[in-house]
Amino acid sequence: MEIILEAVGLTKSFKKHKAVDDLSFAIKRGEVYGFLGQNGAGKSTTIRMLVGLIIPDKGKVFINGTEFINGRRHLLKNIGAIIERPDMYGYLSGWDNLKMMAALSNKNIKQQRIHEVLEIVGLKGREKDRVSAYSQGMKQRMGIAIAMIHNPDLLILDEPTNGLDPQGISDMRALILSLSRDHGKTILISSHLLYEIEQVATSMLIIHKGKKLSDGRVSDLLHPDDTLTEVAIAPNEAIKASLAASAWSAYLQPANDNALLFKMNPSLIPSLNKWLVAQGAEVRSIASKHSFESYFLNITNDTAVKNRTL
Amino acid sequence: MIQLLRIELYKIFKRPRTYISFAIVTAISFIIQLAMISDGKSFIAFALQGVSEQFDIHGNVLNGYLIAYIILQSLLMQIPLLVALVAGDSLAGEAGMGTLRLLLSKPVSRMQLVLVKFMGSFIYTLLLIIWLAIIALFLSLLLFGQGDMINLKSDAFILLLKDDIMWRYAAAFAFAMLAMTTIASMSILLSAFADNSIGPIMTTMGIVVVLTILSNLELPLFSLVKPYLFTTHMIGWKGFFDDPVPYAAIGKSAFVLVAYTLIFLTATILYFNRKDIKS
Repeated sequence: MEIILEAVGLTKSFKKHKAVDDLSFAIKRGEVYGFLGQNGAGKSTTIRMLVGLIIPDKGKVFINGTEFINGRRHLLKNIGAIIERPDMYGYLSGWDNLKMMAALSNKNIKQQRIHEVLEIVGLKGREKDRVSAYSQGMKQRMGIAIAMIHNPDLLILDEPTNGLDPQGISDMRALILSLSRDHGKTILISSHLLYEIEQVATSMLIIHKGKKLSDGRVSDLLHPDDTLTEVAIAPNEAIKASLAASAWSAYLQPANDNALLFKMNPSLIPSLNKWLVAQGAEVRSIASKHSFESYFLNITNDTAVKNRTL
Repeated sequence: MIQLLRIELYKIFKRPRTYISFAIVTAISFIIQLAMISDGKSFIAFALQGVSEQFDIHGNVLNGYLIAYIILQSLLMQIPLLVALVAGDSLAGEAGMGTLRLLLSKPVSRMQLVLVKFMGSFIYTLLLIIWLAIIALFLSLLLFGQGDMINLKSDAFILLLKDDIMWRYAAAFAFAMLAMTTIASMSILLSAFADNSIGPIMTTMGIVVVLTILSNLELPLFSLVKPYLFTTHMIGWKGFFDDPVPYAAIGKSAFVLVAYTLIFLTATILYFNRKDIKS
């Protein structure tokens, strides 16, 4: 698949703090590329370097094979971005904001396109209101409308679910998936919320303290055998002893007194449940923790980082 | 570029803050005009007491030209502060609102953005000066009528005939425009350094106040630097009300102001082109 964006050896320091350290990655056309890292990992600095807001100390960015620094204005015509927050001119209406940004895109954008984009982000009917009167969710939607008004191939969305309520997060997720599936956009989405990335990303990059820890297709990175399954049972020492002596002990992980934790393929859950019940255990609940979460926590653990930094 | 300028002007004139300056200019002019309506004659008598024994003065001394001159003298020190309200906000205000990263992630070059901010501030300043001309000069002429204008200086008594005044005002306003453009360019430079508009606005005000005091202090210590301070040259407009008009001095002042404007603008472009946008 064709590479739409490539970062090579991006490095940026602020005074003595190295925010991004020799970071390289590539995004293929059509992907939803999750960009994960804890707060302060260097995600926003990286994204700002991708769109030329921050000048890298070292490294290069290529868009469609052209080095960004050599064709910034031309290349930005094909990129839409929300960086950190969807800030707009609060004293102007949503329509005015969109119209201005459409004019700045150097493309001949008709009013029809503005109506179309408002429809896509679900803000039709509210476009004449001042942006200062919008809720956080509406601002995020308007941010996406601004990012895509000039119909770019690549959308860069930095923490698009920040400040949203659960309904807003769900709507935003649906919107991102729709932009990818129905409108064919390539999307780079950064977040510190693992679950959000897991829901939408086809590939991902994890960074920690400015360094790349891992990247690749989500399906390749997350092995089902690493899924954590937590079983809550009534206190029963005999069961714990039986477990320790059984084949299930190979999957057992340290956990608190009233729960059993297994690291195993979720397909084994029915067998485990049967075995526990047969042993006389009072099973109260079984919950699969996201393999993504355990993968991320494992990979960003400092001890692990020392051994696994790529 | 024209599209970008149109957007910039739209933003400037859609914001309520922009009109504060126009309201202040109007208020000060009205206050002075009202004061002159109620107490102008005694003011003139007081102002002319030193010369009334040597000269026999007849006619409409308290006329629109004199009132406009008084208003200009009062206001042209405050207008730089009003210009700073918009120019100081130009880049820093965008950074503070978070819209700078929005603008710069569009196909707009940083140099274009600085130039457009400069042009926007220039147009705003131009309109403010035109408004000042309307309120201070034309309204005063309407209220007080025409007449020969007396320009009382510490060392001279200058009488300008009424048919010889209007062009002087036109030139004075044009010169004031140049001086205010210098202030705007300094304000934009300060704005490029900041991420909120309070800093550059206050710093512009501070610099103008301090340098104006230095320019006016008659101390040998400062006489060496005074010719190089832009504030020394900002009052060059007064030269148009001298007789004969000191064109050489006015030309020199205009040159210094243009030079300062270009220096500030170039420094802004050079700095802003390398600035990391972190706000």
